[in-house]
Amino acid sequence: MTTDEPQPNAGSAEAMYRDHILEHYRKPRNFGVLKDAHIDHREDNPLCGDDIRITMKLAPDNTVSEVKFQGRGCAISQASASLLTTKVKGMPIDQVKQLTRDDVVAMLGIPVSPVRLKCAILSLAVTRNGIDLYEKKLNPSS
Amino acid sequence: MIDPQVVRRDFPILQRQVRGKPLVYLDNAATTQKPRQVIDAMNHYYEHYNANVHRSIHELGEEATHAWEQAHERAARFINARGIEEVVFTKGTTEGVNLVAYAWGLTNLQAGDEVVTTIMEHHSNFVPWQNVCRRTGATLRVAPLTAQGELDMEAFRSLLTPRTKMVTLTGMSNVLGTITPVREITKLAHAVGALVFVDGAQFVPHTYADVRDLGVDFMAFSGHKMLGPTGVGVLYGKREILENMDPFLYGGEMIRRVTVEETTYNDLPWKFEAGTPNIAEGVGLAAAMDYLDKLGMDNVREYEKHITGYAMKRLAELPEVTIYGPPAERRGGVVSFTYGDIHPHDLASLLNERGVAIRAGNHCAQPLMQQLNVASTARASFYVYNTKEEVDVLVEALQHARKVFAQ
Repeated sequence: MTTDEPQPNAGSAEAMYRDHILEHYRKPRNFGVLKDAHIDHREDNPLCGDDIRITMKLAPDNTVSEVKFQGRGCAISQASASLLTTKVKGMPIDQVKQLTRDDVVAMLGIPVSPVRLKCAILSLAVTRNGIDLYEKKLNPSS
Repeated sequence: MIDPQVVRRDFPILQRQVRGKPLVYLDNAATTQKPRQVIDAMNHYYEHYNANVHRSIHELGEEATHAWEQAHERAARFINARGIEEVVFTKGTTEGVNLVAYAWGLTNLQAGDEVVTTIMEHHSNFVPWQNVCRRTGATLRVAPLTAQGELDMEAFRSLLTPRTKMVTLTGMSNVLGTITPVREITKLAHAVGALVFVDGAQFVPHTYADVRDLGVDFMAFSGHKMLGPTGVGVLYGKREILENMDPFLYGGEMIRRVTVEETTYNDLPWKFEAGTPNIAEGVGLAAAMDYLDKLGMDNVREYEKHITGYAMKRLAELPEVTIYGPPAERRGGVVSFTYGDIHPHDLASLLNERGVAIRAGNHCAQPLMQQLNVASTARASFYVYNTKEEVDVLVEALQHARKVFAQ
């Protein structure tokens, strides 16, 4: 993954909030809900109240043509959704399904403590489970 | 008044630094730190008389058994129980609630009966009763709070009827700090023939909880929230009630005679202590009770009012802070708050950068959070070693977090 130049305070929570993540938290990319989406899935994390809904449209070649998210919660959960939607736009869904928690942490560009990991990967879980449900609906026998 | 600087010398962990800053530990409602006296007592047990209890006929076994029984005596004295037969050692408060919910509830509750509780319970004093009610057909009634976050006594009274068989409530809310009027509630409950169970997890560590004065039938609490180790807690129960209850866990230690056909059970409290217990932890808990009684539980309560009042005053100076719950005189050492629209998890992470440990989340009290209409709160909780200077560090760290988010 590629991040910006190392920050003077890199690795500290302050640096992470100040730069990359707060920027995405305040100005989330792809915020909203798509009408007539192929994939529309929402999950929350009752432990902290983070809540994310992701809607996606697919092109005929099964790549993600449009994607939006809506949600509320801490800066890490919302920034990771913003980053993830940016990353998957144009990606084949088979490739989206391969994304791991390590990919998400790499996108955030900061070390995520075990307690905050649940916040960081909620959007990934919503994306993957949304794709699963969509594929099961298309192909109920599998 | 307790001098926290003197108390702090007994707590080795308070010397450590976090992220290059002195640790400011304000998560005492989750677990407290341990004084040297507790750590030493446990080490001494392992280095000198570690053995199983009530079994082994040798010097070490007898010393360990004596220490284990002495720990029960110590706990009985701490809450003014009539004797060790009323003091069951458990893993912690959660096991105490489950023990009563299952061993008493499954045999004494039936369809048409009611269990009355409050909306501010910790999940550990809510879910076991919800489950036992579901299994027996009894109904769980939940008393609401006033706008100030205190028990709505009028509504509570109206829930008490001859159908009420058990009233179960916290002595002090782990979210709001609210202290409930246990003595008054016990009188009201007994008047309709119901028993009273008190979740003392946040109550017993912070005030003198005299079970005979309060009149309660059961009270459970945990060692680790009162300067003791994890893995040990106490269930108090009135002897005549415990005697008539079936055991909860079955196995060794809790039996008197076992034949292929049947088993007779051991005397109280051992009937409820199946298996090899957490002996070192019991020894550590006794040392923690010695430590607290030396400070004096009334002094502990007075000091917490003092430090909590100061914290609430300082936090209220921040214009965007919302504090939940009653004023300091009527709460324990717990302050839950939100700060503008900063998510409590983000606050906790930023405070950690300044060495400040707080809790953020729903505090295992989702029904209460739903009533407060917040997803989560930040919570600072205090104990005898916290200082006003630490409160000042908390406030400065919050102001700093605000700046980070305002950019």
